[in-house]
Amino acid sequence: MAGLSTLAKTSDRAFPFAAELMGVLSIAALGMLGFLLFPDDLAFLTRLIGITLLVLSLDLVTGYCGVATLGHAALFGVSAYAVGNACIGGIREPILLLGVGIIAGTIMGAISGALITRFRGLPQLVLSIAIGQLVAALANKLSSVTGGSDGLSGITPDPVLGLFRFDMYSRTAFTFSLIVLAVVFVLLLRFVRSPFGLLCRGIRDDDLRAQMIGATVYPRLVIMYAVSGAVAGVGGALNAMTAGVVGLDSVSFERSAEVLVMLVLGGAGNLWGALFGSVVFQIFEHIVSATNPFHWMTLVGLLLIAIVLFAPRGLSHGVAVLWPKIFKRGGRA
Amino acid sequence: MQTILSIGLDGISYGMVLFIISIGLSIMMGLMRVVNLAHGAFAMIGGYLASYAMRDLGAGYALAIVVAVIGTIIISIPLEILLYRRIYRKSDALTQLLLTIGITFVIIGLANFIFGPTLKAIPLPNALSGPLDIGFRMIPTHRVFVIVCGVITALALWLLIDKTEFGIRLRASVDNSDMADSLGIRTEWIYAATFALAVGLGAFGGVVGAELLPIEPFYALRYMVTFLVVVSVGGAGSIAGALAASLLLGLADTTGKYLAPEYGEFFFYLAVIVIAFLFPRGLFGRAH
Repeated sequence: MAGLSTLAKTSDRAFPFAAELMGVLSIAALGMLGFLLFPDDLAFLTRLIGITLLVLSLDLVTGYCGVATLGHAALFGVSAYAVGNACIGGIREPILLLGVGIIAGTIMGAISGALITRFRGLPQLVLSIAIGQLVAALANKLSSVTGGSDGLSGITPDPVLGLFRFDMYSRTAFTFSLIVLAVVFVLLLRFVRSPFGLLCRGIRDDDLRAQMIGATVYPRLVIMYAVSGAVAGVGGALNAMTAGVVGLDSVSFERSAEVLVMLVLGGAGNLWGALFGSVVFQIFEHIVSATNPFHWMTLVGLLLIAIVLFAPRGLSHGVAVLWPKIFKRGGRA
Repeated sequence: MQTILSIGLDGISYGMVLFIISIGLSIMMGLMRVVNLAHGAFAMIGGYLASYAMRDLGAGYALAIVVAVIGTIIISIPLEILLYRRIYRKSDALTQLLLTIGITFVIIGLANFIFGPTLKAIPLPNALSGPLDIGFRMIPTHRVFVIVCGVITALALWLLIDKTEFGIRLRASVDNSDMADSLGIRTEWIYAATFALAVGLGAFGGVVGAELLPIEPFYALRYMVTFLVVVSVGGAGSIAGALAASLLLGLADTTGKYLAPEYGEFFFYLAVIVIAFLFPRGLFGRAH
């Protein structure tokens, strides 16, 4: 981690906004690659982008603040339902709907953050699960608002900026989502290097010491949770708008567990890791789970065990460590 | 009145099943500080083995329980040696979560591969399947059996931990593992024995509670959270706490499901949040 941040610092000096430019270029390149690899399945890629935003959002609290949570899908699902209802209720402009998602996500994030970050360790984990399950039970019960187990359908937003209609091949949805992802990613790259973001990392590493140097821990964690909620809200809003339907799966425990797996696969505490893990995991899942969902579970399980044993800091960290070594060896030979 | 009686009976027997399964997890968490999300998977393995022993090998109910407990312990031994040993006490919560979720996924996948996705019944013997007359009304014998099992488990564990040599060593390791180690207690053996005990209790609970928590591949995932919640509410490592938490949550869940079934597990988790705020260390938990 230290190596990565110094790397970012030096490149900052050499060229302003280098990291941001890298972010935009990589997401554009990933998007192009996706477009080439799955030209007939843009709906899948669009869904992938929504979940990627949720993984980024989880990285903010788990990777940067050290809060272990298994209820993060609640933030995603609540904003997806909010956006769905707003759209059915008459707000059809996609940018406005994004705003609705952000507000809903922020509120939900602040509430769950206020509850969850008061504790540490096991009570924290259990509270996060309890909040996630509470939201899931409510989503199932309040079928007048959420559509219950049938899902909330009939979400038809207007064309983006009045120009680009959401077409059945998901071209608009994909491009729109990709642009939103790039913007959010760049903003987050700056955000996690801000004094606030750095202090959150300090709290994660040693909250007692952070208190000693005068940081108020609890309010900061709640604010970080609210920011995380906003990011999850963007993901939820995109998901609701592009899919046109919000189901109970968007608040499920499985969703929360899956995004945690993606985050750790890529490497928590690193936005690039979150991006990488989410993309790799979902493409892999898309290909394998089509054949047999249970074989997929066995594979994910083995993968998780392997990561904990051999790459405890995630694939992105493994690559960051191995890359120079391989490169040097290649140079010598 | 009838409703209150049935809620009480169902709630208590459900709570007892939760207790038998969760107490193993609780002891493990108290001693090894491992958040073992795969505990439900071990209970599920127990259920599968019992079902297999009874339906395919023609064993009786009692023998099936023994087979299930011993078989699950044998299956879990390589997991303990290869995986769990690495995460005892030292590693952070995230590592433990991922490793044990990984183990759970593998077990679910394999269980489905070997036994198929259908529900597996564990037929009850005649002595336990009928109703029991307790004077003023009839109640299902199985419920009484479960409650008796729970009480016996609690008593036996209390005797084991408070009155035996093993219990003394175990408590010493819980209080200060390094000091216990330097006094000549083989803590790695204590850990291994406790792990086997925890897994065995889980398997026992899985078989006995199969009527209330039916055995199928997603059992491990479906109830994973429930067991963890019971331990957290009761306070890790406390028998009395786990018993109180199981009964409380069992009653809360059953009452909610009787009176407002459409809310699902809403009341269960509401109770969890309230208790977590009132007793952040669990009902009978100690500061670590």
